[in-house]
Amino acid sequence: MEHSTIPDSSRQQTLEEKVRTLEARVAGLEGRAPEDRVALVVFSGDLDRVLAAFVIATGAAVMGQQVSMFFTFWGLSVLKKSTGLKGKSFFQKAMAVMSPGSSKTLPVSKMNYFGVGAKMLRTMMKQRNVTSLEDMIRLASELGVRMIACEMSRDVMGIQPSELQDGLECGGVATFLADSLKSRTSLFI
Amino acid sequence: MSRTFDRLLDARGLNCPMPLVNARKEIGMLEPGQVLKVMATDRGSVADFQGWAKVAKNVELLSQETETLDGASVYVHFVKRAS
Repeated sequence: MEHSTIPDSSRQQTLEEKVRTLEARVAGLEGRAPEDRVALVVFSGDLDRVLAAFVIATGAAVMGQQVSMFFTFWGLSVLKKSTGLKGKSFFQKAMAVMSPGSSKTLPVSKMNYFGVGAKMLRTMMKQRNVTSLEDMIRLASELGVRMIACEMSRDVMGIQPSELQDGLECGGVATFLADSLKSRTSLFI
Repeated sequence: MSRTFDRLLDARGLNCPMPLVNARKEIGMLEPGQVLKVMATDRGSVADFQGWAKVAKNVELLSQETETLDGASVYVHFVKRAS
């Protein structure tokens, strides 16, 4: 038998070493395992898409997930409470005038017809007793959903922090990735 | 068969995700071991409550039934706060 030729003490030593390396590997894996988190990028400023994002966000929060929503580019319109033109460049002014002033004036992604489509969808939702986007946003923050405004796109589009709702976080790509890498689900909407 | 329950949530007429959201709030007001009865007209709530119970650690779905009330289908869910 081959085993009997190895002294007992050295066999124990190699075993202990193996256990130690395994423990280190398990600890490493545990640190990288996903947590009960969901991360969403809200890139779109379309009413229908944003609604989907908030239904998922509130649903996930109810199911015990820590939810982060990262609003960037057109998605920033969702968080706007007012539009100002002061201190903006010509292009930024043009963009401000042509962008929705708040969540209430978001267009729909299809059949918008200068806002008629969006009004129609809102009316249809009311008829079917579906929660409005504004209530959904309030609900999300009540449920502890983290809402982060992308600093870079806010700056490019010339949206002042004062034009956005109060109590928002701001951050960049690493803010999103820090959450997304620990999440079970990440979606780009 | 009718079960006993400690709290009743009438979510009839509400749509996704509100039955779930309200149920979550109500469950928070219960003591562990107590049961919440939810009445909903949202057909999706049947699968939604199953999914909720599967994922959330502190709730247990005891049973689901469908009743007909005033000519409309009512989906009844019995949810227990486990911890």
